[in-house]
Amino acid sequence: MHDTATHDDAKGQYFWVWGALLVLTAIEVVLAYKQVFSAVRMLQVLLILSVIKSALIIGYFMHLKFERALMRWLLVISVTACFIIMYFFFFPDAGRVLPPPNGVGLQ
Amino acid sequence: MADATLEHGAVGHGVAGEYEAPLFGAYSKKIGMWLFLASDSLTFGALLFAFSYNRIYTVPWPTPFHAESIANATIMTACLLSSSLTMVLAVFASQRNDRTWMRYWLLATMVFGTAFIVLHGMEWSKLIGEGLVIPGFAGVLGVAKSSATGELADISKNVPQFPQAFFGLTAMHMLHVTIGVIYLGVVAFRKWFLPALAVIWIAAALLIPSGNVFHYPVHALGIGLILAAIILFLKPKDYDAHDVEICGLYWHFVDLVWMFIFPLVYLMSTKVV
Repeated sequence: MHDTATHDDAKGQYFWVWGALLVLTAIEVVLAYKQVFSAVRMLQVLLILSVIKSALIIGYFMHLKFERALMRWLLVISVTACFIIMYFFFFPDAGRVLPPPNGVGLQ
Repeated sequence: MADATLEHGAVGHGVAGEYEAPLFGAYSKKIGMWLFLASDSLTFGALLFAFSYNRIYTVPWPTPFHAESIANATIMTACLLSSSLTMVLAVFASQRNDRTWMRYWLLATMVFGTAFIVLHGMEWSKLIGEGLVIPGFAGVLGVAKSSATGELADISKNVPQFPQAFFGLTAMHMLHVTIGVIYLGVVAFRKWFLPALAVIWIAAALLIPSGNVFHYPVHALGIGLILAAIILFLKPKDYDAHDVEICGLYWHFVDLVWMFIFPLVYLMSTKVV
């Protein structure tokens, strides 16, 4: 009772993916706790790491990597397009930070 | 029941009246779940964008999460990641028709998910006890007014966007995890899960004290019990590998959302002493 998605029965790769996710989480925690970057750069780095983790979960755990290409691309492109549109709605406005009266900078 | 159009040899090319393979090469339940997850990702996306907007625009944004909070959130993240792994193993077991191990792995997934909910609930109770509340909301749920003074009480008064964003996002996610655990229980144990859920609901309702934020919301478990009973009695079914797989898709989505909530909400508000 298989669908036409290709099957990759190697269980080992899922343990590697799990390990990679734990390592990426540890990297995020260390970077944030040590406050290695400024706030805006930290947000960018954490978002990039989160996107990498999501790609691993969606591709391997949710099996999308092994589905038919049409389904894979249709889902990814449509949701990404929505997020890009949301970004253009929100972030140019969010960046216009009014300087606070006591001169404290963006945290 | 298998979708006959997907079985090997069922597709007859060029033969009149034969079924054509579906467009996406997957059975319809899987397509339906992916469509639901795409819509739910936009819901969480909107909440996360609103949070990020607030985070950048509100100056200064509080950073109250000490090492213990970050350690607790990291353990919660590890629980969810491990639950995703056990979910994958449950799907494998169901595909080789090994019901026993399918149930074991689904139970392990439920245990990790429940650990996440319990740790999260304890964290919420601690933060509310120390004064982090949404102004005006505490009275609605009968939460005991905290007489705490200190950093979190000041944040609630001066930067209410912080508790609004924190509790709003994490409440939505916690609800999804709770629904996911009930869904897993229904697929794994079918009608045997109903008495177990009833016991958990009653025990939680009796043990959670009246001033706690979860004293009334715990009755969502009762709503889940009623819905699960309706589904199990009105549409009894022997859940197969496809059902386990789409249950897994939902569970991995819940984990995926946490991959964004954890860095944006917790790690971006870390206090370094």
